[in-house]
Amino acid sequence: MAANLTLLTTNLTTIFANQIVSLENMLDELTLVVNDIDVLEVLTRLRDDPDLRFEQLIDLCGVDYCTYGSDICEGGAYLKSDIAPDTYPSRFAAVYHLLSLTHNIRLRVRVFAKDDDLPILSSVVNIWPCANWYEREAFDLYGIVFTDHPDLRRLLTDYGFVGNPFRKDFPLSGHVEMRYDPEQQRVVYQPVSIEPRELVPRIIREEHYGGLK
Amino acid sequence: MAEIKNYTMNFGPQHPSAHGVLRLVLELDGEVIERADPHIGLLHRGTEKLAEHKTYLQSLPYMDRLDYVSMMCNEHAYVMAVEKLLALEVPVRAQYIRVMFDEITRIMNHLLWLGAHALDIGAMTVFLYAFREREDLMDVYEAVSGARLHAAYYRPGGVYRDLPDSMPMYQASKIHNATAIKKMNENREGSLLDFMEDFTNRFPTCVDEYETLLTDNRIWKQRTVGIGVVTPERALALGFSGAMLRGSGIAWDLRKKQPYEVYNRLDFDIPVGVEGDCYDRYLVRVEEMRQSNRILKQCISWLRQNPGPVIVNNFKVAPPKRESMKQNMEELIHHFKLFTEGMHVPSGEAYAAVEHPKGEFGIYIISDGANKPYRLKIRAPGFAHIAALDEMARGHMIADVVAIIGTQDIVFGEVDR
Repeated sequence: MAANLTLLTTNLTTIFANQIVSLENMLDELTLVVNDIDVLEVLTRLRDDPDLRFEQLIDLCGVDYCTYGSDICEGGAYLKSDIAPDTYPSRFAAVYHLLSLTHNIRLRVRVFAKDDDLPILSSVVNIWPCANWYEREAFDLYGIVFTDHPDLRRLLTDYGFVGNPFRKDFPLSGHVEMRYDPEQQRVVYQPVSIEPRELVPRIIREEHYGGLK
Repeated sequence: MAEIKNYTMNFGPQHPSAHGVLRLVLELDGEVIERADPHIGLLHRGTEKLAEHKTYLQSLPYMDRLDYVSMMCNEHAYVMAVEKLLALEVPVRAQYIRVMFDEITRIMNHLLWLGAHALDIGAMTVFLYAFREREDLMDVYEAVSGARLHAAYYRPGGVYRDLPDSMPMYQASKIHNATAIKKMNENREGSLLDFMEDFTNRFPTCVDEYETLLTDNRIWKQRTVGIGVVTPERALALGFSGAMLRGSGIAWDLRKKQPYEVYNRLDFDIPVGVEGDCYDRYLVRVEEMRQSNRILKQCISWLRQNPGPVIVNNFKVAPPKRESMKQNMEELIHHFKLFTEGMHVPSGEAYAAVEHPKGEFGIYIISDGANKPYRLKIRAPGFAHIAALDEMARGHMIADVVAIIGTQDIVFGEVDR
C-alpha cells in the first residue's frame, strides 16, 4: 500500500504539476487540494488517465471550516478561530473521495469555494453520475451551489425548509419547530421553544496532552 | 384513437415494500415506469451534525441507528476511523471478535434482506424461516452486549468486554413446559462460542432450505431474472459497492482487496454474479451467507485457543477496570475524565471503510484536536444505490420497482442519516 502511495504521489506531481495547490500524505491517505477553476479538468484526468484510473467517486461531502480549531464559545456559538485563515483559504470546501479499482488505491481531493457568501463549485455529474445526489446533499446541508447540475434540489431536509442546517452557524436545535394546532386543525411551524444547551463543552488541548501520541 | 396520458403516482411514504419511509414519485405510461423520483430524508435525524456536538464515545451508539439491521458493522467503520486518527493498535483477540461479529451481522442483515425481499415479491415462508435463524443471532448480540439490536459493543481500541461464558436461557412459561424448555436450552448450556459453533454447524442446512424455496422456484425466477440489470460499467459509474457491484460481475470486496482487522488471515471466497440482475444479486448474497459461516468457524476456533485482552490498555481511550477504578485514585481520575471530557483525537482527517453487508460503509472524520469531531461524514452504501433507482427502474413495470428496491437492500436509517 505504501509503495502504491509513493507511486501515486509521483504520478500526480508529474501529471498535475501546475494545478496542485498541495498534496499531502497523512495517515497513509493522500489529500490533493486543487483550485476550483481546475477541478473539472483534474477530476476528468483522474478518472481517465491510465496511471490514475479513479473509476469510482465513493463520496462527496461539504465541509464548513469557519470555526475550525476553535473552542471559545460565546452565547451558544463558537467564535471563528484565529488559526483558520492560513490553513483554510475560505469557509466552504467540497471533499471528494475517489477509489481506483484498477490500482486499488484511494485519493481525497479537496476544493475550496472562493466566495464565502455564495459558495459556487462546478458539478462533476458528467464525470461520475453518482455525484448527482451527493451534490444535492451538499447543496441542501451547506448551501454550496454546483453549476451545471441537472437537478439541484434539496434532498434530505423537509419540503419548504429554510437555511442550511450543517453550517456551523446553524444551531443544533434549529430555528423552527412543528406541531399540530388543534384550533387551526393543521400542522403549524413556530420558533423553537427549547434553549440550546451544551452538555460537554468542546475543548482543545495542547498536543500530546496527557501523554497521548 | 383515444388520447393516452401519462400519470404520476405516489409510492409511499408508508408502503410495506418501500422498506421504511421512501416517497417515490413514479411517472407512468400505463403500467410502465418512465421516471422514478425518490424523495428521501423522511428519516433524516442529522446524525452527522449531532456527532459534531458529542464526544467521540457519545456518538458511537448513534452508529447503531444508521443501518439498523447491521448495527455492529456501522460501529466498526466508526471505531476504525477514530483508531486511525489515534494510531491505536487493537489487540488481536478484539480484532477476531470484531470480525466474528461483523460476519454475524452480515448473516443477520442478509437474512432480513432475504425474508423481506421474498415477502415483497410474494413468498411468505422464507420470511418465517429467515427470522428463525436471525433470532439466534440476536440472542448472541444480547449475550455479548445486553441489547438485541443497538449493541454499542465496539469501542475505539477494542470491544467493550470479552465474550461471556454463558448464554441466556429460556424459562418455563404457559406456552412451553419444562420438557420443551429443556430441549430449547440444549445448545445454550455452554459458552457463547459453543452456541455459535452449534449455529455454524446447522446454518448451512438452513441456507439449503431457503434455496429450496427460492433458487429454482418458477415464480421467483420470473420476478427476478432480467429485472434491474446493471452493466459493470454503469455499476462503477453509479458508485455501487458490495453485492450490487459483485452482482454485476466485478470481483471487489474490501475484505480481500484492502483487508482490515484479521481478514487477511482468514479463508473465504468472494461470489460474483454474471448478468447483473436481481436474481444474480440474490445468488451472490446467499453465497455470502455461506462464506460468512466459513469465516465464523475459523474465528470460533481461533478465539477458543487464544485468550487475551480485548481492549487497549490506554486509559486516555479505554476506561480502566471497574474494580481498580473503585480502589485507585489514578484510575478514578482517568475514568472521570474519559466519561466527562472524553478522549482527545489528534487533529487531522481520516477515512475508514468496511465491507458492510450492503456495500462500502465509510466514515470520514475531520478532527481539529478537540474532544468532539469537527466534521463527521457517513458514506452510506444505500445512498448511492437508491440514487440509481431511477435508472434501474426505467422501462420496468410498477411491480418490478418493488423487486428493485428489495434487491438494493435499502435501509432508510443509513440513507437519510
